[in-house]
Amino acid sequence: MILLATLRMAVRALLRNVLRTLLTMLGIIIGVAAVIVVVALGNGARAELEARVASLGQNVIMVMSGSASRGGVRMGFGSAPTLTEADYAALQTEVPGVAGVSPEVRASGQIAYGNQNTSVDIRGVSASFFDIRSWPMADGEPFSEQDVRSGAKVAVIGRTTKQTLFGDEPAVGQVIRIRNAPFTIVGELVPKGSSSFGGDQDDTLYVPYTSAMRRLSRDTSFRSFLVQAAAADQIPAVTNELASLLRQKHRIPEGGPDDFIIRTQQEIAEFFDASQRIMRALLAAVAGVSLVVGGIGIMNIMLVSVTERTREIGVRLAVGARGRDILLQFLIEAVTLSVLGGALGVLAGYGAAKLLTARTQWATLISPDSVLVAVAFSAAIGIFFGFYPARRASQMDPIEALRHE
Amino acid sequence: MSALPIIRLENFSKTYSNGEVRVQAVRTVSLRVEPGEFVAIMGASGSGKSTMMNTIGCLDRPTEGKYELNGVDVGSLDKDQRADLRNRTIGFVFQGFNLLARTSALENVELPLLYGRPPSSMREQRERARAALARVGLADREDHHPAQLSGGQQQRVAIARALVSEPKLLLADEPTGNLDSRTSIEIMGIFQALNEAGMTVVMVTHELDIARYATRTVVMRDGRIVSDLPVRPRSLATEELARLDAEQKAVQLA
Repeated sequence: MILLATLRMAVRALLRNVLRTLLTMLGIIIGVAAVIVVVALGNGARAELEARVASLGQNVIMVMSGSASRGGVRMGFGSAPTLTEADYAALQTEVPGVAGVSPEVRASGQIAYGNQNTSVDIRGVSASFFDIRSWPMADGEPFSEQDVRSGAKVAVIGRTTKQTLFGDEPAVGQVIRIRNAPFTIVGELVPKGSSSFGGDQDDTLYVPYTSAMRRLSRDTSFRSFLVQAAAADQIPAVTNELASLLRQKHRIPEGGPDDFIIRTQQEIAEFFDASQRIMRALLAAVAGVSLVVGGIGIMNIMLVSVTERTREIGVRLAVGARGRDILLQFLIEAVTLSVLGGALGVLAGYGAAKLLTARTQWATLISPDSVLVAVAFSAAIGIFFGFYPARRASQMDPIEALRHE
Repeated sequence: MSALPIIRLENFSKTYSNGEVRVQAVRTVSLRVEPGEFVAIMGASGSGKSTMMNTIGCLDRPTEGKYELNGVDVGSLDKDQRADLRNRTIGFVFQGFNLLARTSALENVELPLLYGRPPSSMREQRERARAALARVGLADREDHHPAQLSGGQQQRVAIARALVSEPKLLLADEPTGNLDSRTSIEIMGIFQALNEAGMTVVMVTHELDIARYATRTVVMRDGRIVSDLPVRPRSLATEELARLDAEQKAVQLA
């Protein structure tokens, strides 16, 4: 039999009872919509995460000082004063494949300009920090190596802090007071938005680490190093080199625990990805169950339809339809039902994803792949759950079928 | 008359076994129908006439004996081969019309062509269906759905459906069972006209006056043929209709 004529027949049969058709498709619609939304959320979250991880800079490795134990209480990383000036010097010169290193110290304090003041995270870094994080200036220049060496009282300001202190006035060239010490603003950073940890990366002030250590924090060790590998494929080698160098410098015996922590961007990304993966798996399971339920709904309605149309099947068999023709007819009907449901589900999922993004700011990204997979999957469900009813129709005895009331 | 009969049943028996119970519906019956005949098979319910029809229509196979349709041994064919044989050789007309609801008359008539092997083009199917509808006088009703047609018109659509594949044999099972007497005569008129044009017609009926439109009646009882006689005098639908009209006129005049 001509396939097109069969398809036309299937569509007509489905249009005969529009409400029933829609209700039957509902399971598939919800299932496919759920799949589309879940995949869109997953993709959106991953894209956002990748952007955030990328905002850390290219090929970045973080070295954090180890956790200190005081009276049996672990204080968290960065609390032990293990990363020193000597380590910094060694990292710059003794590890091959390192493109740049910046130490980091932290201080917090009140900063003031005119009659405005605010409390902000102040970070002491080296001049190469802005290169490593690929963080350009919106205005002015970053401070120089010379500024760092001399412990100059200069600062680079983030957009949020700048807005607080200066409003829409330019900040570059102005002098602010940090704990009563005057610092000249030399640059304003391009805004970066919130970090992968949720904080506002633009509510910040960067000063040379030398100035920070001397005037603000009185720390003698660094909280962390930001190391940039020259190329992505050198990250594992550089990581190993860093570790063995630091162990050697810190005189850690063979088998002893590190007193520092090394994290690559990759590891940070994986950490966040892992937590999202559980969420995705959960939602995917829900979507899968919904699709199976939808499939059973289709099977149920197809069985009812086959029974209702027993006489029609009898007539078709009498005028020369083979069992295969009847099988194909009902199978195509089931597949039409499920694919139509799938298509509607894609539309519903698309709408839901857009709505979600608009209402919650959750990033969603609908990939054409997921649409294709969803439609193919719903077709497969139609074939799988439509086969049994269609087979039952095709095996009917024409005499019995014609006698059916 | 050609040497090859359309229907040749030789010592045909059909036994249904329903678990323990074995029912012999037809017992060693032999029957020949030559091309161009118009045969009425009569009998009370349980006489075996339905079993005869199902076998002649290739919907069923004989338990014993032989059935040849137009020279083809039906007993040796499988399900698909019998479906193809039905499609090519037989046109079915049922008591309950059995038209597809919410489907136009034209598309109902096209139905057997959907299963034609090799398949014909959709345009050819449409044209042949139109021609068949015109033959039963319903050319102007091709877009009507069964629900929009009277019983007689529905049966005529069903006859057009039976004719569309140009079969050798028209098989009708109580074709007037659901129709009033006047419409019944009209349907018999179509059958007689088709028979005149050379179509072999086999019809099952329990109404004696309907059987009189055939050329030959076969009466069955308890699974056997008890009489097989030519019809004399034969009713002619055109005359019967004219008489009916005259009677109605007379009643109105009185």
